[in-house]
Amino acid sequence: MSELSVLKGKVWRVGHDIDTDVIIPARYLNRSDGEFLASHCLEDLIPEILNKVKPGDILVAGKNFGCGSSREHAPVALKYAGFSCVIAESYARIFYRNAINIGLPIIVAPEASRLVGEGDLLEVNPVTGIVKDLTQNNTYQGDTFPPFMLEILKNGGLISYVSKKVKQN
Amino acid sequence: MGMTITEKILADHAGLAETAAGELINARLDLVLANDITGPPSVKEFKKIGLDKVFDKDKVVLIPDHFSPAKDIPSAQQLLEIREFSREQDLTHYYEIGRTGIEHCFLPEQGIVVPGDVVIGADSHTCTYGALGAFSTGVGSTDLAVGMAMGENWFRVPPTIKIVLKGKPKNPWISGKDYILAVIGKIGVDGAQYKTLEFTGEAIDSLSMDGRLTMCNMAVEAGAKNGIIAPDDKTIAYVRERAKRPWKIFKSDADARYENIVEIDVTNLDPQVAFPHLPSNTKSVNQSAHVKIDQAVIGSCTNGRWEDLAVAAQILKGKKVHRDVRAIILPGTQEIYVRAVKEGLAEIFVDAGAVVSTPTCGPCLGGYMGILAKGERCISTTNRNFVGRMGHPESEVYLASPAVAAASAILGRIGSPEEVA
Repeated sequence: MSELSVLKGKVWRVGHDIDTDVIIPARYLNRSDGEFLASHCLEDLIPEILNKVKPGDILVAGKNFGCGSSREHAPVALKYAGFSCVIAESYARIFYRNAINIGLPIIVAPEASRLVGEGDLLEVNPVTGIVKDLTQNNTYQGDTFPPFMLEILKNGGLISYVSKKVKQN
Repeated sequence: MGMTITEKILADHAGLAETAAGELINARLDLVLANDITGPPSVKEFKKIGLDKVFDKDKVVLIPDHFSPAKDIPSAQQLLEIREFSREQDLTHYYEIGRTGIEHCFLPEQGIVVPGDVVIGADSHTCTYGALGAFSTGVGSTDLAVGMAMGENWFRVPPTIKIVLKGKPKNPWISGKDYILAVIGKIGVDGAQYKTLEFTGEAIDSLSMDGRLTMCNMAVEAGAKNGIIAPDDKTIAYVRERAKRPWKIFKSDADARYENIVEIDVTNLDPQVAFPHLPSNTKSVNQSAHVKIDQAVIGSCTNGRWEDLAVAAQILKGKKVHRDVRAIILPGTQEIYVRAVKEGLAEIFVDAGAVVSTPTCGPCLGGYMGILAKGERCISTTNRNFVGRMGHPESEVYLASPAVAAASAILGRIGSPEEVA
């Protein structure tokens, strides 16, 4: 089991109620490979995302991020586009589960969601939920994960967590 | 302290005498569902777990409905993946087109899902089956893969918001779609986030099963984990002629705990229209008459059932679709499609100048069979009007009932059935 590292990256801001159709439009759901999905991730909001987002960058959203469809393609697209984590005021529940299940840390941090600026450099500790805005020199406390969810994240996702258990039995 | 119907079903499947909102439980699954979009990643993840067989070949259901009949080569490939997996695993509930339909229309119709079940589906509208008095919720492909392997999954028991629909609508065209749009308009797209919406009241008592399925279907558009309606005589009559398994009836206790109770008087409710780009952006149809439309879609897991087609046929009979409008009608299942042909509905539609498609989710999620160009507007009986949902990011979707969609198809603008009577 690997420990979850502290994440560091530049902020990309989006608004409230960003739905999974905006994260990855259904016209691309005839394929499910991460690289392909990433090339169309958020394309109506951040065109040519792969030329802009650097690996490790952090997506900061408002309330109800990931609402709509259950497509796991949405967190997969964000992960392969290079985002190391998402920070939002709140998440739609299926998206939340999906992100944890594929090993993408997503943090509930309402204050950070409101106050960090576009392009700020953030340092995020997924275990403690602490979000540091290094540009503005502010610190925010986000929610922490229940222990079993943290275990899933530490294992890199639900499948390796479950397959380990299957092997143990 | 009493329990809600949702708490009772979850406790029953977790082997507990009782449970309460906020508790984390492991529940046994009666049905695990995916489609041609979410199925392939589920199969891929399932294969990584290291088990050869799914937990129960009668309880894993794969339905080819989203981009089926195949819309292009990659879609055909995805359909092939679920077909091959179904054959390899000898799944009982896999059907080819011509013998199936849109998953959330097909499963209740065929009695594959029954009251008291716990169901997960890799499709957000899996919450539809709450109309039968089952706990059902949408998950992603990885959760589904684990469900296929283990036959159980973890849940946080949701708090329940009780929605009480009081009164009897004066307007004869009011349907389950208008009720659920009114609810979402009132509580917002995250008004029930992580929670249960339990629908009760005399308007629910007198609502048809098709109308109840429409209401629970859109619970997720308010962020809900599940929508649910306690079974009554109507439910039992519906289930009795279809069920492929024994069922179990649960009901909320009189002293059950509710996080909130929201009352809506539907006596004077007008037909509802959700404007772009959120299902909560609702207005009365009378405030919508200025909106010209290019397309009308009647169908989907929300409104592709018999009653939906019947009301559309009642309005379109002997009329013509407006010359500037494309009307597309998609029966939800093969059984509905066959009945529409035999009972003359299909003829009414094609005589009116509408297109009748085979069952598919196609246009609802901007897949195919009715994609919108830049600037086009569609009135649709589907469930989402997000930016770009049905096509170009600068197109617009207006959500409404089949009655309003059919009337609008004739008028060339959004309008009410009275205007074309």
